Amino acid sequence: MSNAKMIQSDISSVLTRQEMAEIDHELEHIPYKSGAAIDALKIVQAGRGWVSDESLQAIAKYLDMSSEELEGVATFYNLIYRRPVGEKVILFCDSVSCWIGGCDSIKQTISDTLGVDYGETTDDNRYTLLPVPCLGACDRAPVMMVGDDLITHLDDNKISEIFSSNKSGVQS
Amino acid sequence: MEKVLTRNIEPGKAPTDMAAYEANGGYQGLRKAMLGMSPLECREVVSASNLRGRGGAGFPTGMKWSFVPMDDKCTPGHKYLVCNADEMEPGAFKDRLLMEYDPHQLIEGMILSAYCIGADLSYIFIRGEYVVAIERLREALDECYAKGYLGDNILGSGFKLDMYVHPSAGRYICGEETALINALEGKRANPRAKPPFPQVSGLWGRPTIVNNVETLCNIPHIIDRGADWFKSLGVGEDAGTKMFGVSGRVKTPGCWELPMGTPIREILENHAGGMQDGLQLKGFLPGGGSTDFLTQDHLDLAMDYNVIGKAGSRMGTGTMIILDDQTCPVGMVLNLIRFFAHESCGFCTPCRDGLPWTRQVLEDIEQGRGKTEDLDTLEYQINYIGAIGNTHCALAPGAMEPLQSALKYFREDFERHISGGCCPYHSGKGA
Repeated sequence: MSNAKMIQSDISSVLTRQEMAEIDHELEHIPYKSGAAIDALKIVQAGRGWVSDESLQAIAKYLDMSSEELEGVATFYNLIYRRPVGEKVILFCDSVSCWIGGCDSIKQTISDTLGVDYGETTDDNRYTLLPVPCLGACDRAPVMMVGDDLITHLDDNKISEIFSSNKSGVQS
Repeated sequence: MEKVLTRNIEPGKAPTDMAAYEANGGYQGLRKAMLGMSPLECREVVSASNLRGRGGAGFPTGMKWSFVPMDDKCTPGHKYLVCNADEMEPGAFKDRLLMEYDPHQLIEGMILSAYCIGADLSYIFIRGEYVVAIERLREALDECYAKGYLGDNILGSGFKLDMYVHPSAGRYICGEETALINALEGKRANPRAKPPFPQVSGLWGRPTIVNNVETLCNIPHIIDRGADWFKSLGVGEDAGTKMFGVSGRVKTPGCWELPMGTPIREILENHAGGMQDGLQLKGFLPGGGSTDFLTQDHLDLAMDYNVIGKAGSRMGTGTMIILDDQTCPVGMVLNLIRFFAHESCGFCTPCRDGLPWTRQVLEDIEQGRGKTEDLDTLEYQINYIGAIGNTHCALAPGAMEPLQSALKYFREDFERHISGGCCPYHSGKGA
């Protein structure tokens, strides 16, 4: 088996056909393969929740980059997760307008309710708590995102409603 | 006042689709340009309008565009127009509104701007958290392709443009235009050295213009109705209208389109409803987290670039953050410095090491461990990190702006923390 073929089979044992097709789609308007690095990381993360070492190495090979270079890219960006995260990521805004609105005590309530601090995932794997730069909803502070949902005007009651264990979804 | 940027946006009204946008005069500017104006003619209108960049720096848009090589002065290949929709400045929340509720206005502005500079590829670089805006912009792009407003031979003019929505993977520094370009190229978002400027060598080494969302949203109206009309909208020295916002403990925080040059007091009292009961205004950042504090004494100033500049601050994004008399100014500045220290890209030493040092000093003061000489250390940081030229980009100098003005206006508060050995505000917000 030639070297090139071996690499190809390595990649396709990790990346799915669908993932490779989506990366190829991005490459249509990008002049260099490595230019799709962030897109490829996001495509893989979208399906798997995070980017494992194995995924990262396969993406690097697919884009003709060193895995070290791709790791440098992956770890730069806060929305690329290099560790497993829960089913939903809580992006908690701790920037200035939310701080004035009392977000520190709300963050404490979340931590007490879910038993997690920043960077941690709940035992039932439902939530990972992360801080995020200003979410651009300062007129409705304090705010956070839970998965794709923006939740505004946070207070302790709202936190307990959202995270009470019987609720299946998120209310905004 | 005539609503321009928000003429399709009203509380409770559905976001504007193609039909609603066109029913209210949408794509008239595009038709006018494609059917009878050359790129140069369009550019001259924009230059004459005195439109200045709404992302924060206030650079004249027409002049920015004029550095792009045109026609036979440009080597063959792509040119790019990029919309900076990476709204992440602490306290800024205006572009979200424009994109979520009137996506076609931005797209029309981008098509026209691309026409002006001869770009054939364009990207909306948008922060990944703006999921609603991303979805609505993508739907709007589909509508544009279906109508022939994007793609080959737009409205029979021979002009060709493709447009993509590019959700970012995060980090505040991506709002810096050369860092944004590196992010678009799939790299770490470290800012680039200038020159070369992006207008000459930007994305993939090709001529590139990066403009803010609000800036681009003005273009269709300027092309459609002319430079003189646009200039007449301002009530002070600057042209047009502006999205102004207020956050903090006021009665009705929000974002409103008002004439350029609207007095600060009018924005605060008539639109934001004044301070919440029991609170007094202590100071405010006029244009986001990296602008200098102003105070009560500045309330009658007009929100114009040069007026705010002469008062020692910057118009920035035009979204004000209010400091009330029961919120600790040291704590507020610490929150901002913590943000900027965290968001440093790490490329240059004064920013990477200086901001965490500044944060540590502020933490000590806020938590009652401060010493008098700490204020000298802060002054040293302000003079060193705050000087343009000592750092690779404007992030760290911007971070120093709220700090230096807080020391100027609220020095007593810093001193009370140090002499009393604790935070005198007992706000319960922690530090």
